[in-house]
Amino acid sequence: MTTKQETGIRGGIGTSALRPDGEPKVTGNFAYASDLTAPDMLWGATRRSPFAHARLVSIDVEPALAIDGVRAVLTQDDVPGEPLFGQEDQDQPVFCDGVARYWGEPVAVVAAEDEETARLAAEAIRVEWEELPPLVDPEVALDEGEIFRDMEIRRGDSTVAGEVIVEGFYETATQDQAPLGPEAGIAIPDGEGGIDLYATTQWIHVDHRQIVACLDIEPGQIRCHPAGIGGAFGAREDISLHIHVALLSLTTGRPVKMVYDRSESFVGHVKRHPSKLWCRHEADTGGRLVKVTTKLILDGGAYAHTSRAVLANGAFFTVGPYRCDNVFVEAAAVRTNNPPAGAMRGFGAVQTCFAYEMQMERLADALGMDPLELRRKNALEAGDPMSTSGQIIEGSLPSLRVLEAIEAIPLPDDNTDADPRLLPGGTGLTTPPSSVVRGVGYALGLKNLAFSEGFDDFSEARVILTPAGVEVHTAAIEVGQGLITVCQQIARTVLGTEKVAVMWDDTSSIGSAGSTSASRQTQMTGGAVHAASVGLRDAILLAHDADELRADGAYRTGALVASLDDICADGPVAHHVTFRHPETEQPDEYGQGDVHAGFVVAAHRAVVEVDPDLGLVRVVRVDTAQDVGRALNPQAIVGQLEGGIMQGMGFAVMERLVIEDGIIKNPTFTDYLIPTFMDAPAVETRIVEEGDHWGPFGAKGIGESPTISSTPAIVAAIRRATGRDITRVPVLPEDIVGI
Amino acid sequence: MKIRFNLNGDERDVEIVGPESLLSLLRRDLDLPGTKDACEQGECGSCTVQLDGDVVCSCLVMAADAQGSTVITIEGLGTEDDLHPVQQAMLDKGAVQCGFCTPGIVVAGANLLEENPHPNELEIREALSGNICRCTGYGAILRAFTELAEQGE
Repeated sequence: MTTKQETGIRGGIGTSALRPDGEPKVTGNFAYASDLTAPDMLWGATRRSPFAHARLVSIDVEPALAIDGVRAVLTQDDVPGEPLFGQEDQDQPVFCDGVARYWGEPVAVVAAEDEETARLAAEAIRVEWEELPPLVDPEVALDEGEIFRDMEIRRGDSTVAGEVIVEGFYETATQDQAPLGPEAGIAIPDGEGGIDLYATTQWIHVDHRQIVACLDIEPGQIRCHPAGIGGAFGAREDISLHIHVALLSLTTGRPVKMVYDRSESFVGHVKRHPSKLWCRHEADTGGRLVKVTTKLILDGGAYAHTSRAVLANGAFFTVGPYRCDNVFVEAAAVRTNNPPAGAMRGFGAVQTCFAYEMQMERLADALGMDPLELRRKNALEAGDPMSTSGQIIEGSLPSLRVLEAIEAIPLPDDNTDADPRLLPGGTGLTTPPSSVVRGVGYALGLKNLAFSEGFDDFSEARVILTPAGVEVHTAAIEVGQGLITVCQQIARTVLGTEKVAVMWDDTSSIGSAGSTSASRQTQMTGGAVHAASVGLRDAILLAHDADELRADGAYRTGALVASLDDICADGPVAHHVTFRHPETEQPDEYGQGDVHAGFVVAAHRAVVEVDPDLGLVRVVRVDTAQDVGRALNPQAIVGQLEGGIMQGMGFAVMERLVIEDGIIKNPTFTDYLIPTFMDAPAVETRIVEEGDHWGPFGAKGIGESPTISSTPAIVAAIRRATGRDITRVPVLPEDIVGI
Repeated sequence: MKIRFNLNGDERDVEIVGPESLLSLLRRDLDLPGTKDACEQGECGSCTVQLDGDVVCSCLVMAADAQGSTVITIEGLGTEDDLHPVQQAMLDKGAVQCGFCTPGIVVAGANLLEENPHPNELEIREALSGNICRCTGYGAILRAFTELAEQGE
């Protein structure tokens, strides 16, 4: 392993430091939530609604209780506290409360001595339903149903008109995060009437708040611990089995474990909102955007979850990283009987990016202009006002530099002698090389950083110096992205020592770190670790009249004046910080205001090969240039860029939950297709550094960007290859063949 | 019923229950949770083990069919103090994020290199195409195996 020595500290910022959980992960020793056990443990299982909308006529748990080994069966009547939960709006019953509002809604849970008995008992519960017509069309819901949130953005002059106008209607399907690790959790009684919960999550403190409310228990009696997570991508931002498993454990007084199987996982977590968008882009003959008008509907499914925040993101990013002075948006997220939607990587910005980038492609064609030239001409940069909110962009936003960097990556040679396995259709060998047409497409995407709209967004961290090294304490959730490494790197750089361990604290030992979402943890928890490390270092230097902290102690003009033992003579020295990003504000009634904490931009270029007769696509390569602020760990950044592109590629041509009358028809890995090694395009990455105004060392979060503009770049390439205006993702063969 | 098989070099006699899968036997009865369970349909490869030298999804193998066979799981390939070359390469190249696919990829990849020490890119892709990774986009995994393929004897 070669490391770049920018800081002088091995494993400091700017190096590709290896992740501390890497060795346990490659050897199979890393404990995921689904691997945890406890002595005398029971297994939990869930009974779910077979209908998207139905009245619960009666429920008889006796047949389940009669089974040998069953220890508890719980329904909504057994919820001791608040009957409803939810991260933002408490609108979802812990168990079906008389009406099932989506397919797979939990009706009851069972605890039994073993997993099979629990599952059998869950099925043995006798439930009588009266099926009701499901509301599954979001446009009908908008007219006749319930709206989670609607927004209007009005900026500029609505009477302005452009000389060149393109108009389009776009749709995006439901995407599943499909993390490999299933939902899992184990609740263990503490012997004093409380429990310790280890479950898959992205934010233990917000889980804790909801569990405490529904269980009507003292907050100190429930401790939520981080557990090993097998990926998240938004799927774990909302409660799944947490309240159920905690309630089963409290009821039985025994440890209880629950693990969803794959099909249950598909119904057990929120999805990316399916969307419908109508867009009208107006430009002058020189290609400058003069007005953008958008209507957006997000289908939020049966319960609110984070729909209000997702909608805001969708609405504020309807123009993308482009300047425009006259912008009008009408947006709504509605309740239906479809599977609940919530957070997924990109959080609303994905749906709108697909639409505005297709519009930019159409506009380029209408103008007879090179699509890159059109984007350069309108590129939004630091100091410009956001086209939607009017907020002046502080910090960095190198849109032109990412465009320049992506253009500079050489295009691949033609695939004339490709292995037949690398043609569209792959190992099916359906496509003769002579049928293949190639296309190249570009897209640019914009995302906000951390939480917006006046949310009190903070992260707590405690950094402790001991004679053995430094401990970083945080409740921030590592989901695989490498936050734990970045926290180590930051502390190493500030404190001058390689010996840094990141400790996972539970909800009773430290305050919230906020969610591992919104591309926020590198900046927020990284920012907290940075501030706590600086505070610790400065206090030690002051106490010992020193000017430098190194691995073995404090130094003055190059001479050791206090060893670690001296510094810790009265015990370990700690510094605790609650870090907040620059304040944001609620938008006014027309969506105006400083609503965002920062922005990040990325460019993608896709090369595709298409068999236009069969409608088959092979994504040959997807290159990217990514604004990162400052690169804290280049290897981890490349991992995020490549992994994010693959999810964007899945959304472009493969991943679609097929939902009919509210019922998911393909809740398995056999039928919901995720890119494999054979599908994966080659990827070339370019990291563009331009320090931002508040992240540690100028860093930005980059977890979501790669999933935002990769999708439209691929569709733009298909469009260039086929000449077809494509208006939905994922692109299906019939969209290309035109039937 | 009772079966006897060789597991990571040790002869094991185990009692199995009814229609149990090899995956369930390993994870639940033999306390070897390194082999992961993510789909139980043979689609994701997270439960990959070597069975008599072949790469299989242990979720699709009946435990009873392990009778008389030799099974190697992730626990049999290397330890944190003595990593298998595939484990070291995965670690060094940043091919591990959430890590849930990692044991399966290590097991499948080690098998590939035993059978073909110098696989080309397409051979690496095909050999690992039964192992889904949702985090890395496969780039770092490809770099790890490309380096191993160049080093092979």
